[in-house]
Amino acid sequence: MADLLRVQKLCAFYGATQVLFDIDFAIEAGKITTILGANGAGKTTTLRALCQIVRTTGSLELDTGGGNVQLAGKATESVVRLGVAHVPDGRGTFGALSVEDNLKLGAYVRKDRDEVARDIERTYQRFPRLAERKHQQAGTLSGGEQQMLAISRALMLRPKLLLLDEPSFGLAPLIVAEIFRIMRKINQEDGVSMLLVEQNASLALDLAHHAYLLETGRVALSGPSENIKNDESVRRAYLGY
Amino acid sequence: MEALLHQLFSGLANGIIYGSVALALVMIYQSTHHINFAQGEMATFSTFIAWALINEAGWSYWAAFFFTVAVSFAAGLVVQRVVLRPIEKAPVLTNVIVFIGLLLIFNALSGMLFDHTIKAFDSPFPSDSPLATVYFSAHQLGSAGVLLLVLLALFGFFRYTSVGLAMRAAAQNPDSARLVGIRVSWMLGLGWGLAAAIGAVAGMMVAPIVFLDPNMMAGILLYGFAGALLGGIDNPLGAVIGGLVVGVLENLLGAYVIGTELKLTVALVLIVGTLTLRPDGLFGKKVVTRV
Repeated sequence: MADLLRVQKLCAFYGATQVLFDIDFAIEAGKITTILGANGAGKTTTLRALCQIVRTTGSLELDTGGGNVQLAGKATESVVRLGVAHVPDGRGTFGALSVEDNLKLGAYVRKDRDEVARDIERTYQRFPRLAERKHQQAGTLSGGEQQMLAISRALMLRPKLLLLDEPSFGLAPLIVAEIFRIMRKINQEDGVSMLLVEQNASLALDLAHHAYLLETGRVALSGPSENIKNDESVRRAYLGY
Repeated sequence: MEALLHQLFSGLANGIIYGSVALALVMIYQSTHHINFAQGEMATFSTFIAWALINEAGWSYWAAFFFTVAVSFAAGLVVQRVVLRPIEKAPVLTNVIVFIGLLLIFNALSGMLFDHTIKAFDSPFPSDSPLATVYFSAHQLGSAGVLLLVLLALFGFFRYTSVGLAMRAAAQNPDSARLVGIRVSWMLGLGWGLAAAIGAVAGMMVAPIVFLDPNMMAGILLYGFAGALLGGIDNPLGAVIGGLVVGVLENLLGAYVIGTELKLTVALVLIVGTLTLRPDGLFGKKVVTRV
């Protein structure tokens, strides 16, 4: 399979502080890739680097279908317009706007109005709870509903690549299970490629096809999720379960 | 009773002008959290453009009106792109100084290009028109109508267009707005353009009442600011209502309590009072977020 995104020698900086050191990885089209690691390993920063929210050096090559495009040096909104949707930590929904307005904003850069309306209907079918609350302010939703909204908002872009930053964070286990089930379904049915950052390694390895393990800003190891899950020494050393 | 109603209605007529100025201030405050002190002088300058078009180039009133609104919108956008964009991330004080600089520049430009003599600015609503009633002059009623149309248009723009929605999103949460592909910096520019256009309308509507000179809007900006604060500086509808309240209070207190000389004090007392007693204003909302 072709690589959707190829990352080479990626470094990221907060001011003068370097957080990522020469990271190489690839995201296969149509697959779910996960980045695991402890607190402060640079997982969130990696996602922020892909969206050019932090200062980076190195190469980020995205296959747009019509040729490869270098993401490094682009403005965040231009990266998004190339089809990279980001569900950031803290979810990035607009709390004072209605659920429906949040979904509309997700499709802000799309011009196909009829299709957008259809996608909003599909979202409501997928998450009936959002349909019930479509005129409610997003800030008044429960944590789980907000996460569903955040993911739906990102999908409204019809992204080539969906970046997910700890979708399980702060949610009850049952809700997390539901969200992961839906993510798998989205990947299988719509073929959306995903890059998932997670603290919950066992959940992430069950969902993802391929995994990378970060340690203090460097790739410590990588491989198919199966292999990592079954390697007891790796599990004990890095994943702590 | 008759006199009281008179004062009340003419207060409302003034109030809608203050409300528009308040709205122009809110337009920029919402997305940048800065008060544009130059808003009044920009509006005055716009009004001078309209004056020159009508009185020196011989344009018809409404042609000059719409042209001035369009030029003001463009000028507001350009000022944001050229002057303010480079200091988007600068501290508040930097912005304040730039606003004061803009104020002086526009004030001086008005005086330089159109001189300091006080000019009459004709109303598009002649006093013998059927609009005139017992309580409102034709101009009061006409300008209130124009400003209401502006408000309705703005409301429609923010409520029903995707660019309007994007502007609201960018004002609320610029980081998330970028993540859905909104060009946030351009939204700020658009906000400046809209504010300048609203200011231009307010200027052209107030000029027939107070006469046109480079300092025309100084006092009105203060009333507008009081209205914006009273209504809640982040709430467009609140700002308009605040402006109306200020207009009525100013007129009634001026007529019955403190006398016309001390009218401006009403605005100042309202500003200080709101800031100390209720900083969010009457309709301002504290944003609730889940942690």
